[in-house]
Amino acid sequence: MTMVQAMADQAHFADLAMEHMPSLYSAALRMTRNPADAEDLVQETFLKAYRAFGRFEEGTNLKAWLYKILTNTFINSYRSAKRRPEKADVEDVEDLYLYHRLGDLQATGTGRSAEDEVFDHFTDDEVKQALESLPESFRIAVLLADVEGFSYKEIAEITEVPIGTVMSRIHRGRKALQKALLDYAVARGLVGSTDTGH
Amino acid sequence: MGTGESDVDCKETIERLYHYLDGELTDERRGEIKHHLDDCPPCLDAFDFEAELRQVVADRCKDRVPDSLRQRIHEALLQAERDRHPSGA
Repeated sequence: MTMVQAMADQAHFADLAMEHMPSLYSAALRMTRNPADAEDLVQETFLKAYRAFGRFEEGTNLKAWLYKILTNTFINSYRSAKRRPEKADVEDVEDLYLYHRLGDLQATGTGRSAEDEVFDHFTDDEVKQALESLPESFRIAVLLADVEGFSYKEIAEITEVPIGTVMSRIHRGRKALQKALLDYAVARGLVGSTDTGH
Repeated sequence: MGTGESDVDCKETIERLYHYLDGELTDERRGEIKHHLDDCPPCLDAFDFEAELRQVVADRCKDRVPDSLRQRIHEALLQAERDRHPSGA
C-alpha cells in the first residue's frame, strides 16, 4: 500500500465516521456519566474503528458498527468496578405511567401544568440525569432505542444479547425513566405532589 | 374508549403502543392500529404523549463535542496512520 493510498483510507474513514462523533460522544456521556471518561471512550472507539475499518463492509450500517465498538469498549474497560445491582425496580410502574400520573394530577386539580408544558419545563440536565439514573443495561437499551433510534434487532447485535432480552430491558428501562422524570417534575413543583397528605 | 369498527380494541392498541412507535410492527398490524387510532381520540392522545416524550428525551440528550476532543481524535488517527505506515511507503 502506498502512503497516498493509506492517507486516502484514513481520509475515507474520517469522512464516513466523523459525522457520528456528536451522537457517540453523547452516548458515551450517558454510559460513563463522566466527561473525562466519555472523551477517552470516544477516542478509543475511533481508534479501534480506524484499525478495524478494513473489516467493515461498506454499505452496511456504519453507525451500528461504531456503536457496537463503543458499547463493547465501555463494558470491557469503563464500566464502574462497583456496579449497582442490575435490576430496574418497576414492579409498581404500569404502562403509560407518566401519562396517567400527569392526567390524574390534572383531573384532581393538583396539577399546575398541562402535560405538554411539563415537557417544556424539563431542563436538558434533568432529562439526562433521569436517563443516567437507570441501571446500566436498561440505560444502554433505552439510549440505543429512544435516543439513537436503533431497531430491536440492531440493539441485539450491538449489545450481543437476545432480542427478547433487548425488548424486556427497553420496556423496563422506559418505565424507570418515566418514574425518574415524574420525580423531577414533582420535586421542581412542575406538577403537584402525588402525596397530598390526606 | 373507542367504538369504531376497527378489529383491535383499546387494550390491544395500548399493548402494541411501543412496538408501533418503535416501528416494529408488520404493515398489516400497523394498519390495524392506525385504523383504531383514527377512531379513538383517547388512545391517540396516549400515543401522542408517548411519541412526544420520546422526542423530548432524544432532543434533550444531545451534547456539544468539545473542540479539544475533535482535535485529540484527529491527531490520534494521524498517529495511528503513521504507526501503520512508518516508512511512508
